[in-house]
Amino acid sequence: MKHEKEFGFDTRMVHAGHIPDSQTGSRAVPIYQTSSFVFFDADHAAELFDLKQYGHIYSRISNPTVSVFEERMAALEGATGAVATTTGMSAQLAVFMTLLEPGDEVVSSSHLYGGTLVQFTYTLKKMGISVTFVDPTDIGAWERAITPRTKALYGELIGNPKGSILDLEKVGALAASHCIPLIIDNTMATPYLCRPMEFGATIVVYSATKFIGGHGNSLGGVVLDSGKFDYTRFPAVADPSPKYHNLRFFDTFGHYAFLMKLRVETVRDVGCCLSPMNAFLLIQGLETLSLRMDRHVSNALKIAKFLEGHPKVAWVSYAGLPSHPQYDLARKYLPMGPSAVFSFGLKDNGGEDVRLAGKKFIKSLKLFSHLANMGDVRSLVIHPASTTHQQLSDEELKEAGVGPELIRLSIGIENVEDLLWDLEQAFHAL
Amino acid sequence: MGSGTSVSCSITLNSVLTKEQKELYQNPEDIRKILNECKTIAIVGLSTDKQRASYFVASYMRSAGYRIIPVNPRADRIFGETCYPDLKSIPEPVDLVDIFRPSNDCLEILQEAIAIKTKAVWLQLKIINEEAAELARKAGLLVAMDCCIKMEHGRYCGGLHEAGMNTEIISAQRVHRYV
Repeated sequence: MKHEKEFGFDTRMVHAGHIPDSQTGSRAVPIYQTSSFVFFDADHAAELFDLKQYGHIYSRISNPTVSVFEERMAALEGATGAVATTTGMSAQLAVFMTLLEPGDEVVSSSHLYGGTLVQFTYTLKKMGISVTFVDPTDIGAWERAITPRTKALYGELIGNPKGSILDLEKVGALAASHCIPLIIDNTMATPYLCRPMEFGATIVVYSATKFIGGHGNSLGGVVLDSGKFDYTRFPAVADPSPKYHNLRFFDTFGHYAFLMKLRVETVRDVGCCLSPMNAFLLIQGLETLSLRMDRHVSNALKIAKFLEGHPKVAWVSYAGLPSHPQYDLARKYLPMGPSAVFSFGLKDNGGEDVRLAGKKFIKSLKLFSHLANMGDVRSLVIHPASTTHQQLSDEELKEAGVGPELIRLSIGIENVEDLLWDLEQAFHAL
Repeated sequence: MGSGTSVSCSITLNSVLTKEQKELYQNPEDIRKILNECKTIAIVGLSTDKQRASYFVASYMRSAGYRIIPVNPRADRIFGETCYPDLKSIPEPVDLVDIFRPSNDCLEILQEAIAIKTKAVWLQLKIINEEAAELARKAGLLVAMDCCIKMEHGRYCGGLHEAGMNTEIISAQRVHRYV
């Protein structure tokens, strides 16, 4: 019998990246709670530090438990490899620190998580990198914003907070025509619902804190590379590195070059490594990813339909509803459903300030937790204008598509009847 | 070494080979056979520059227990091993010929490899010469092309996994992964 088989997604979800070790045979992934790893001898140490050998040196660079999480993510994404980080924020920052140099530019979708908008606008600026924001649904706007200094395109596949869907193939083709990578934040969809590399993305980043971990108990992030991009034009990846005796990463490591560089230079120098304990908890989450996502999505669709028909709701913005402007794109890129995070607007009933009505609604909910996260097994609710997006100016708020009436839901895996009951009783309190 | 009876699928490589070519020249079973059965490797085009890919590969394979014979007409010794100007000057049997030379040079090198009765030949990443590869294959040699022997070894022996890369190996069996 042939020893070659491509296993299915669910099989990879529970097996990929972990082969029971010969020493103990431990079936569950062991937690290697250690800072450092013993060398065989001085020559072995020298070869490890020179990158001539694979192997663990110090958990800031790599760790066996974290490696399982990384390979499992890469296997689920169909990527060449992965590097795990402390958070999604550090994952995307590590990508830019590895790829770009001062003076470089990025063109990004404006439909982003508020924290990302702030990081791009202020923190990247301190590093000499400027970001131009465009309406992600307007392909002409992407094209017009690209200059000779543009080194990457960036977007969330399912944009925060109105669930706009990025046309991956079009934006990917645009990136390819300019020989620059398309970087996608796929946090909302997870590799179960969409694998953006199949549609032209080069690099995919996640906040693993959300649906990947799934239980709202551990922070983490991850960077994945398709291995298909030619980094010859990117001096930050291709030029001799003074940190490693002028090693040329792209020449030496080929399709692994970007991730190697990100791990042994950026993450090593910045210290944004994932902890083994969090890697273990995120692996536990991954093992039920498809089961949870199926429930998240089916609950979300039922709730979105309920809200759309509700007299106290002005609008619902969920790409799983035919009323959403990118419904067709969602069907194309996310055929199993556009995740379980979406927003709706309370109807302005004339008398009361809609902002106050929003606060009252959230206060009345008994099952939905009011907090700043998403992708938990528990249902969550937030009012972005007063929380996640409160650092933005009115102009930036408008650009990001967040109004004062907007309430964002992250639908959990509870009994959907109970969630519907909770929403109805909260509307009743208005 | 190796991964016992685990199941693997073709690795997602940045290779320009077609699906049919991959079956011939990047066949996981052939690659595992090469890694398991070839102990003496002549590396044609091994550089004396310690930061070149060929030097990385050679020092890695040496540490993994393989004997490396450098083939480089412009060097005397690498790793303390005598360098030979070509394959036919090597005074001992060679199991595998690993090539870091431009694609156009490969036909001549593989003709020599066949002449010295090597078991297998390996053309490194982005080195593609189908005419030469077919010649070797028809002469009964195992052939790997447009892939890296260090990456493939690292894939089966756990090192690539430690670097967070996708080995595409899945196994629930308790096996020795380390050399």
